[in-house]
Amino acid sequence: MKELKTDSSSTRRNFLRSGLRLTAAAALCGTGAVLVRKASSQEMVWQLDPALCIQCERCATGCVLPQSAVKCVHSYSMCGYCDLCSGYLQPGARARDTGAESQLCPTGAIRRKFVEPPYFEYTIDEELCIGCGKCVKGCGAFGNGSLYLQVRHNLCENCNECSIARACPSQAWRRVPAHQPYLLRGDEGLRGKRDGKA
Amino acid sequence: MLKGYSYMFPSARTGAALAILCWLGGAWAAWAQIKERFPKPDFQSGYIRPDLQTPAPRSMAWEMADIAVLAAALAAATYLAHRTRSRRSIFLLMIFSLLYFGFFREGCVCPVGSVQNVFLALFTPGYAVPFTVIAFFLLPLAFALLFGRTFCAAVCPLGMMQDVVILKPVRIPGRLADILGAIPYIYLTLTLLFAATGATFLTCRLDPFVGFFRFGATFPLVLFGISMLVLGTVVARPYCRFLCPYGVLLDWMSKLSWRHVKITPGECNNCRLCEDSCPFGAIRTPVLESPPPVGRMEVRRLAMQFLLLPAVVLAAGWAGAELHLVLARMHPVVSLAEEVLAHDAGKSGEVSDPVKAYRASGKPLAELLSEADALQGRFRTGGWLAGGFLGLAFAWKRIHLLVRRKSPWYDLDRGACFSCGRCFSYCPYEKVRLGLIPPDAVPEPPENNNLNGKNHA
Repeated sequence: MKELKTDSSSTRRNFLRSGLRLTAAAALCGTGAVLVRKASSQEMVWQLDPALCIQCERCATGCVLPQSAVKCVHSYSMCGYCDLCSGYLQPGARARDTGAESQLCPTGAIRRKFVEPPYFEYTIDEELCIGCGKCVKGCGAFGNGSLYLQVRHNLCENCNECSIARACPSQAWRRVPAHQPYLLRGDEGLRGKRDGKA
Repeated sequence: MLKGYSYMFPSARTGAALAILCWLGGAWAAWAQIKERFPKPDFQSGYIRPDLQTPAPRSMAWEMADIAVLAAALAAATYLAHRTRSRRSIFLLMIFSLLYFGFFREGCVCPVGSVQNVFLALFTPGYAVPFTVIAFFLLPLAFALLFGRTFCAAVCPLGMMQDVVILKPVRIPGRLADILGAIPYIYLTLTLLFAATGATFLTCRLDPFVGFFRFGATFPLVLFGISMLVLGTVVARPYCRFLCPYGVLLDWMSKLSWRHVKITPGECNNCRLCEDSCPFGAIRTPVLESPPPVGRMEVRRLAMQFLLLPAVVLAAGWAGAELHLVLARMHPVVSLAEEVLAHDAGKSGEVSDPVKAYRASGKPLAELLSEADALQGRFRTGGWLAGGFLGLAFAWKRIHLLVRRKSPWYDLDRGACFSCGRCFSYCPYEKVRLGLIPPDAVPEPPENNNLNGKNHA
C-alpha cells in the first residue's frame, strides 16, 4: 500500500494542483483588475423615460413588490388646472365632480381641489396610486401631459434586473445615476437637470 | 428660488447661451411629444403651485455595509468550519445570513446574480459595474480558493432557505448525480451568454427564492420556489447542487482550495460512522484494494477520449452557433424586429404593445433591422463559445470518470462539499477532541467492512 500514500508534498498530482491553484488565483486577480478598471463608484438606479412610455399598464403589475414602486407624478408647472380634466374624469363622465363614477382612476388616487374659477388642482395620493397610467393616457391624449409615471425611489428595491423593465414593451426603462434619479418633465425636469449638472 | 436667481444672471451672455442650449437640447426633445394645449393658468388668488416631491434613493451606505457584512460572514463561516468545527455555530451564522441577506436586504444583489453583471461589464463597453457587485462576485470565490465553499456553508441566503428544510435526505445514485450535475453547467452557460449579449439576466428572472424574501413574486416563480423547498425535504439543497450557476465556479475554486475542512480532526480509521452523514453526497468512500495494473484497453480508451476532445468541443460549438437564431430571440430588440417583420408581412393580426411602441417612436425599419442583425451576429459568436465550453466540460467529465481515484481514507469531494460541518460530529476522533469519549473508546473498524479496512499502516 505504499504507492497509495498521498500525503507527501512532492507528488505529481500535488504539483499540478498547486499550479492550477496559482492559475485560478491569477485569473481571479486578473478579472478583478479588469472589473475595477471598468467600475464606477457612481451608483445607478432604474427609471422610466416618460417620453417613451406608452401607458401599457404593465408597470402596475410587473414590479416584484406587492405594490408597484411606479407611481403617477404631477408636474404642476405644466398643468392647465382644467375643470374638464381628461386625466381625472372618465371619457363621457356625466358630471364634472368627485363622484367615483366620474373618475378615471380605478383607485381614486387623484384628488381634485377647487383653486379659483375656473381652475382645479389635482394631487396624486401615492398611497392609493397603483401606477397603471390610465390617467397618464388621458392627460396625454387631451391635456398637457403633466401627469406621467416615475419610479419612486423611496419604494424601489433597485433590483439587479428590474422586472418591469423586462416587461416594458417600449424599452422606456434605463439606468440613471443615483444622484439624479428622476426623468421629470416641465420646469421640474429642467430644474432637475440643472441641479444634477451643478 | 435663490438658486434659480443666481443661475439666471451670472452674465447676460452665458444666460442667453444656456437658454438656447436648454431650448435646443432638453426642451425640444421633451416638448416634441407634449403639446401644451392649455396655457398655464395665471392665478389671481395667490395660489402657489406645489413642488413635485422627489424622494431620494435609499442610502448607498447600505451597500458598503453589505460588503463589510459579507466579508465578516465569510471570515466567520471559515473560522467556524475550520477551527471551531461546530455545526451549531455554523447553523446560527446561517440563520443570521438568511435574515440579513435574505429577508432584510431582500436578496439583491447576491453573488449568484453578480456573475451576470460581471459578464455584461466584460463584454459591453458602456456598462459600468458598481464596486459592490465586484466585491460580491470576487469575495466568495477567493474564500473558496483558500478555504473551500464556506460561502455555501453559512452565507448564501438561497442555500440557507433550502438548508433549513432538509428533513429526510435520500442518497442520489452516483450516475444520476453525475447527469444532474450537468444542469448547472448548461444553466451557467446560458446565463453568461444572455448576460454578455445584454439580452436578460436569466438567473435573476428564474430565482426561486427571492419571492420569499420580498413576499411577492409571479405565480410560476412562487410555484418553482415552493416545489424547490418541497423537493428539498428529501433531496438536500436541490438548487445548490443541480442548478446554481455560481456553484460551478465555487466548485472549481474549492477543488483547488489551499486548505479544506476534513471530516476528522486527526486520523481516520475507516470506521464508516460518517459514511451516511452527508446529505449532499460529498463524502467519498475509500478506494483501498490494490488496483489491477493499468491495461492496454484502459490506456487506449483514455487516449481516445483525449483525441476526441477537440472534435467534441468543435461539434458542440457548431451546434451552439446553429442555435443562435433561437437564442437571439431572448433579446428584446431581436424579438421586436421579428414581430415587426411578421406584422408587416400580415402574419399577425393583433398589433402587440412592443410593435405599437415601435411604430410610435418613428424609428426607421432599416435601423432596427441592422441592430437586430448585429445582435444575431453576437449570438453566433456567443453560441460558438458557449457550445465549445459545454463540449469541453462534457469531454473533461468523461476523461475524469476514467481516471482512477486513490484514497485510503474517507474523504470529502472538495468540489461538492459545502463545508456545512454536519459530518464532524459523526467522527469518533472528533468526539475525543471534544473530550466526550476517552481515546481508547474509538471504535475499531468493522471486521467485514468490504474496505480491506486493516491495510493502513
